[in-house]
Amino acid sequence: MSSRDDILGRVRARLNRTPENAAAGRASLEATLAERAQGPRPALPTQKSALTERLVEKSLGYSSSVDRIGSYAEAPAAVARYLAGLNLPPRAVVWPQLAHLDWAGAGLAVEARGARDRDLVGITGCFCAIAETGTLMLCGGPESPASVSLLPETHIALVPASRIVAGMEEAFALARAELGALPRAVNFISGPSRTGDIEQTIVLGAHGPYRVHLILIGDK
Amino acid sequence: MESRAHRFKQNAVDSLANPVLQASMKKAKGKFVDKRAIAIKEIDDFEATREAAKRIRNQVIENLDLWLEKFEQTATARGAKVLWAKDGAEICRLVVEIGKQHGVKKAVKSKSMLSEEAGLNLALAAAGIQPVETDLGEYILQINDNEPPSHIIAPVVHKSLDEVADLFHKTHHTPRKTDIPQLTREAREVLREHFLTAEMGISGGNFLIAETGSVALVTNEGNGRMVTTLPRVHVVVTGIEKVIPTLEDLATLMRLLPRSATGQSISNYVSVLTGTKAEGESDGPEHLYFILVDNGRAEVVGSEFQDMLRCIRCGACMNHCPVYQTIGGQAYGWVYPGPMGSVLTPLYTGLENALDLPHAATLCNQCGVVCPVKIPLPELLRKLREKQVERHLRPWFERLAFRLWAWVASRPALYGLGTRFAVRYLEWLADGKGSISRLGLAPEWTQGRNFPAPEGKTFRELYAQRGRNG
Repeated sequence: MSSRDDILGRVRARLNRTPENAAAGRASLEATLAERAQGPRPALPTQKSALTERLVEKSLGYSSSVDRIGSYAEAPAAVARYLAGLNLPPRAVVWPQLAHLDWAGAGLAVEARGARDRDLVGITGCFCAIAETGTLMLCGGPESPASVSLLPETHIALVPASRIVAGMEEAFALARAELGALPRAVNFISGPSRTGDIEQTIVLGAHGPYRVHLILIGDK
Repeated sequence: MESRAHRFKQNAVDSLANPVLQASMKKAKGKFVDKRAIAIKEIDDFEATREAAKRIRNQVIENLDLWLEKFEQTATARGAKVLWAKDGAEICRLVVEIGKQHGVKKAVKSKSMLSEEAGLNLALAAAGIQPVETDLGEYILQINDNEPPSHIIAPVVHKSLDEVADLFHKTHHTPRKTDIPQLTREAREVLREHFLTAEMGISGGNFLIAETGSVALVTNEGNGRMVTTLPRVHVVVTGIEKVIPTLEDLATLMRLLPRSATGQSISNYVSVLTGTKAEGESDGPEHLYFILVDNGRAEVVGSEFQDMLRCIRCGACMNHCPVYQTIGGQAYGWVYPGPMGSVLTPLYTGLENALDLPHAATLCNQCGVVCPVKIPLPELLRKLREKQVERHLRPWFERLAFRLWAWVASRPALYGLGTRFAVRYLEWLADGKGSISRLGLAPEWTQGRNFPAPEGKTFRELYAQRGRNG
């Protein structure tokens, strides 16, 4: 007997599975999947501007930094400003879907591709941002490689204010509506990577970025 | 991992006598507890959220076979291969086979308690595949001759900074340093090389989502993302009880897991991974395997211990346990320490192999109060004690003592005489000092504490006296 049949067989025996109760069980399973019931939700403001403030506040709480600009056209200059402030060279790897912005015009040398080990700065967009916890939702794909938010020491994310949602539930609903199936890699990111393993002392920059910088677009 | 749970008493004595462990446990004590207490206030109705989480987990376990079939179907439809392992040996065999099939020389690992259950690292090394732990805590343990973890979330909570500094100096051949950010940077650089060169990534799974066939991974360090983004093969090793129905359920559980574990509103990274690398993608694995593991779980389904299968491995029960706080995790002798371990170890490795664990609790119910999925841990520990008695597993002197006790206690006159004698004897032992520092009949009891002296009269005597005085 295969291990699969052995394990499932023993589970079925323990649950007193019969053809009749299996049919009822499957019907209730499908009903659960179709219903997608939500659990209790913490109260959040419904106004767009209040959600944005909540996102900013929670992101700062997670050791991210936040800048606010009016439009995508201003993004390259905002990135250049941020990098200059940190004395970082004006070079970055960027999501291919953002390659069309005028990076060179702001004095930045960007390469549109997945990140490699020695890339210092990664620029990404986001699928949406979650106000409840100050979390970015990034969906991986050929135009939005997951490595760009992971390998470089500095991660800069362009976050359109129009894409701020209340909670993870709204983020998943948006993904279902716009993408259908989930892409291979959905990453929820809340601030720089960290560890507390040595004497419970929190250190930023474990394996992922040391810094996460949000550039909020379109609420100014 | 071979269980040392049968040596619990000696392990605990050793832990109490270990000054470094004692200092580390004192330092850690309360940190997770305080952070959790603050973080749960952000949830308006924490109790309702716990109830919802309990429902989500129960719903799956009550129809576990059907949910597993569903998950297998959705995961397979997205290109994953779903394999099944009855025990630790089969986990090892399957992972080694996958490694050989794909020409793997090195495997990077994100934390997986299942791989600890299986002793996977030793099996990989024996098969010529180098295993590299990448969670900082697990890495520290691996370079210390594969030391077992002492906590499911904070594996090196028992270790001091000095010990880590020595280990890094010895292993990396770098100047000794005691600055924690510098040590973390050193580990990052060493492990980055491994991430970039490994052909296989092995992770656990916090949840398996039936709706989408995905695995959800929760980490702070980002190592979970690394091992599932860079290598061309990804193997998820996880228990059959980890299935949840929908993404909405993940959202609910994620309000509880990080708050209960580390006191964070959310962990830095939550990854929901589905299927293999898509056409045109520059990163992600070409091959994805799920190994769904029984190793004792199937037998718990439908039993009086079924509540335990709800566990989401947050570690809150051990963080709040006065016994765990005093002896640390390694004394429990197997993969899972604290109250959840004291239930799981006997269930998964055999009641007779962990006789002391169900007794390694004061039944104060701190663990039950903080459990995010409302597992009645003290009740389960009590049931395990009952099972031990039913199966005559307790030592002969204990059984004899209880039989004697029962015989005396069912004879009121004899009982009264016995207790009158006992309290007077104890009062005499105390010699007016109010406490007894050495109990001849139970020397272990007074090894680290005094025994409070009784009044010199029994309750029944005092009650009778009160009756006379009106």
